[in-house]
This record gives sequence, structure tokens and C-alpha cells, in this order.
Amino acid sequence: METFFFVFISTLAIGTALAMVISKNTVNSALFMVLHMLSVAGFYTLLNAQFLAVIQILVYAGAIMVLFLFVIMLLNLDEDEKVVSKIDFKQLISFTLALVVLAQLLYITGNYAGVLPELTGEPIAAVGTVEAIGDELFTTFLLPFEVTAILLTAAVVGAMLLAQKTSNVIDE
Amino acid sequence: MEILNDLLNYLPAAIVAVGGLVVMMMDGYKAKSRLIYQTTMFFLAGALVIATYDLLYQEVGTLFSDMAASGSTAAFGTFIVVFGTFFTVILTHDYLIGVKHNYPQVYPLLMFCTVGMIVLATANDLVTVFIGLETMSISLYALAGIIRDKQLGVESALKYFILGAFSTGFFLYGIALLYGATGSTNLSEIGAYTDGSMIYWGGVSMLLVAFFFKISAVPFHMWTPDVYTGSPTTITAYMSTASKTAAIVALVLILERALPYAADQITSTMAIIAIMTMVLGNTVAMVQDNVKRMLAYSSIAHVGYLLVGLAAGTDLGFTAVLYYLLAYSLMNIGAFGVVAYYEKNHDVHFNNIESYAGLGYKQPLMGILLSVFLLSLAGIPPLAGFIGKYLVFAAAVEAGLINLVIIGVLASAASAYFYLRVMVYLYFKESKEPVKLMKPLRVYSFSLVVLAVLTLYFGILPAGITELIASYFSGNGLAIVP
Repeated sequence: METFFFVFISTLAIGTALAMVISKNTVNSALFMVLHMLSVAGFYTLLNAQFLAVIQILVYAGAIMVLFLFVIMLLNLDEDEKVVSKIDFKQLISFTLALVVLAQLLYITGNYAGVLPELTGEPIAAVGTVEAIGDELFTTFLLPFEVTAILLTAAVVGAMLLAQKTSNVIDE
Repeated sequence: MEILNDLLNYLPAAIVAVGGLVVMMMDGYKAKSRLIYQTTMFFLAGALVIATYDLLYQEVGTLFSDMAASGSTAAFGTFIVVFGTFFTVILTHDYLIGVKHNYPQVYPLLMFCTVGMIVLATANDLVTVFIGLETMSISLYALAGIIRDKQLGVESALKYFILGAFSTGFFLYGIALLYGATGSTNLSEIGAYTDGSMIYWGGVSMLLVAFFFKISAVPFHMWTPDVYTGSPTTITAYMSTASKTAAIVALVLILERALPYAADQITSTMAIIAIMTMVLGNTVAMVQDNVKRMLAYSSIAHVGYLLVGLAAGTDLGFTAVLYYLLAYSLMNIGAFGVVAYYEKNHDVHFNNIESYAGLGYKQPLMGILLSVFLLSLAGIPPLAGFIGKYLVFAAAVEAGLINLVIIGVLASAASAYFYLRVMVYLYFKESKEPVKLMKPLRVYSFSLVVLAVLTLYFGILPAGITELIASYFSGNGLAIVP
């Protein structure tokens, strides 16, 4: 079951990534990217990293993609281009169906050729839980964690430096 | 109290980080620009003193549960980075006032950038390497765009940012693949791996690509001339010395600790890249009329010489590389410092070589200083640049890379042309229009004199420092995993 799930998500991830690059409409591209992020979250769940999966959905698929969409909508969008085309249920159903069939086909061919990865259903003892991550973060990875704080501060100060008015300069 | 002990051994980075935060808050409370500058200098001086102490006495070991290293190369890298920053801040303050872009946010950014460099130079784990590299790069992206009312400044910041982000992707992918192959991000644990699979080689090559980009080796150098020309001159000095030092020290650590298994392949890769870098850097520098752009190509060429030392891959080679980094930092900050002084008196982004005509007699001290730095860059004895090149090429001969050395020496000889060309303009050409040079601030010329004296000192008496560096590799300090 896990192996099929893996193949299914991989198909989804690669397919949406391709669609994102190929699609001409920027909004469509962004929406495909959301779907891609969600499938990556699926990988994390498969790896027993529930915390990462939740964060992936919250931060990437949620916050960052909303920011993307806002920027796209505020910037150059041609008048005649529709922001979102009407949802066509026929298309939606056919997309889902095609995806499932493709994943099944890949699974079967992969199984036949013997190239499928060995996925055991046994969870790696609690690596992805909040406790485990917090424990590692404040012991083993303390230095990178603290330097990340500096990194984020530097990013904010840098943004301020570049965004302020030139008249703020104080000359001695 | 292990953490306290770790922190004590990591004091330079901690001081600079705290200093950066303090300076940032001072800007928030509308402190005078001069006070901000003085506070920055105060913290940097403290860090420099401790970095010097660490350089001489710190014991070799690992800190923060194997995340960072202390002593030997780590202490050496920290010292050069803090030293370079110290002089950069002095020069930058004066330069930015001169070109009327003295934003108070520049100082905290420089400090944060330094923290990133120290973390990079002392890293003992790929995670730390990555975080250090990013802290350094993100600060530099912003610093490159300080003069953003000129087109060149904007171009430089944007190019650096987009290409830099792209190379970060390579770096992360390399780490991921190496982790996949070896099951660890710790350098020594990666070094224990001896089973070359496709994933391993993919990871190694991606990692090297990212590093080649950061140190601007050919063919990953495309961004360098544009970014170096458009950035504020003293920031260019900072980028070309401190950031390259940090990246190369990290590369030395990675090559020595993590990739002894790939040493043969890396030697041949490095040799090819070194030849391309030396030849292209020196040839293109010859036809540049913009002094800043010429120095940018010359910095590419110098990376080529450094790669010769890395290609040798022996202890001798690494020693030579570390010495070269010190010499290169001294003379390059100095050269850019004088260029910044001339530029401040003209116009920003006005560095045509024609405008240097006759400047050598206007302010004799500055003319002499620029000559010293350029001669050292050209590798003329008895200056530090000569000893650096000698050590690097000697190590390569020892390792049997004769062809590489022949090409290197020829390229280096050709480089004398474009360095001396600047001096010809300084002293033997008449200026067409009269240029008025302001007298440089005393602290400005004094710090440049210090750099020049050190260039001369390390050129005449290199024994002390080379023995210090050699002791890092001969002892059991950097134990290579068999």
C-alpha cells in the first residue's frame, strides 16, 4: 500500500511541477504550485514526519502561495486574461481519473520491471514528532538554530536598507 | 556547563553578533551615524583581539555537539574575516559619507554578514556550512545595492541575488544527495564513506558547483565583474576578500575532512577549473579600461591561483592556500581602499583608467600605497603576493602538477601588464583636466598604511605565519579519517 501511495504522490508531484512550468497563465502556474507543495507534504507524511508535513502545508502551500497570488494579481495581469477560468467539473473529474489511472499504470509497470523501492510499513521511531524535532533543535542543532535567528534579522535589516527613502541619509 | 565552554571558544562570532544587534537597536533609537560607527568599531576591535588570541592559543576541537570546529584552520579563518571586516568598516564609513549614501543600516548588516562568514569558516557540519553561507550571502545581496539610484548598483544587487539564489539551490541539492548517500551531514562521518555510488558523486559535484560559484571560479564567474563594478567599492573589497576567505576555508575543511575518498577526482577537476580561471581572468583583465572591473577580473585570476593549491590537495597545498588568503586579503582591501578614495573625489562609478592620469603626484602617499598593493597583486618580491604565489606553485610542483604550474606562472607573468598599466597612468601620464583631490582622513590613510606595512612584513618575513599554518596540518589537529 505504501509503495502505491508513493508512486501516486510522485506522479502527482512531477505532473504538477511540469504543469506549473508549462502553463501560460501565471495564476494557473501558481495554483499548480500549491498542488505540488501539497504532494510534497504527502511525501513527508509517508516518511513519518508529520510535523514537517503540517508545516509544509501551513507555510508553503498556505502563507507563501497566498503571497505569490497577491503579487501576481497586483502586478501586470493583462486585461483580457481571466484570473481564474470557470471550474469545469468534467475537466476536474477527468484530471483526477487520468491521474489515478496513470499512477496505477506506472505502479504496475514498475512492479513488473522490479524497479519499485522497498518501502516497509514500519515507522522510524518517532523522528518526525514535535518533541523529537524540538529536542534536536535545542541540543544538537543549537548553533545553526541561533545563527538562523541572525540570518532572519539580517534579511529584515537588508530589506529596510533597500526599501527606505534616500533622504534618510544623515551626513556628518 | 559545556555550553558555556563552547560559547567561550566561539567568542568572536558571539561578540560580533551581539554587536550587530546593539548597532541595529541604536539605529532604531535614532543615534547619530558617527556613534553607530564608533560602536561598530568597538565591538569589532574586541572581536579582533579575541580572534588574535584564539589564532595563537586556541585548542583544536569541536564545539556545539560537532557543529563547529575550533582552533587551527577555523581560528585562522575567523581571524582573517574579522580582520578584513575591521578595515572594511573604517573604509566604508568614509566612502559612504563621501558618496552620500551613509545609511545607518549598513553597519548591522556588515556585522551580521561577518557572523555568517565566521560560522562558514568554522563549520564542521554541512548544515552549519549552509546556514553560514546564507547569512553571508543575504547580507551581501543587500549591501551590493546600497547605491541604488544608479543603474549599475541596482543591476549588481539584482544579478547577485538571482544568481546567488540559484547557486544556493545547487548547494542544498548537493547536501541532500550527500546525506542520502552517507546518512549524515557531519563532515568526518561523510569522510568515513568509501562506497562511491551515483548519488555520492552527484552530491559531491553539486556541492563543488555551489562553492565554485561563491568563489567565482570560471565557468561560474559570470556575475563577478558586473556585481563588483556596481557595488560600493569598499563593499566590493569586502566581498572579494572576506567572503572568499570564508568560503575557501570552508572548502578546505570539506575537502580535507569530508571528501578524502574523492581526492583524486577532485584534483583533476580543480586543475582544469584552475587553468580556465587563471587564463580567462588574466586575459580579460588586460583589456579592461575600468579599474574596478579590472580588479574584479584580477580577483577571478587570484581564485585560479588558490585553486592550484587546492588541486595539489596536500598539506603543503592547503598551507599555501591559507597563507595566500591572508596575503590576498591584505593587498586587495588596500587596493580597493585607494580606488574608493579616488572615486569618492570624482563621481560614483567613475573609474576609467584615463582619469587616473597624473593622480600619483596629487596625493603622493595614496599613489605609493596603490603602487605597493598593485605590485603585491602582480606577485613582485619582496611583497606578500609573491610569497603566496611561490608557496602555491611550489606545492603544486611537489604534487606533480607541472603543466598546471607552467600555465599558472605564465598567466601570472602576463598579469603584471594590467597592474603596471595603472601605475603608468598614475605617474607617467598628464591629466587632461585638473582634478582636485581632498586630503584623506587621517584614520583612512593610517589604516591603508597598516595594510601596506603588513603586506611588506609578510612578504619579507613569512616564516612565522607559514609555520603557524603548517602546524595545523602536520599535527593531529585535523585528523584525516583513514
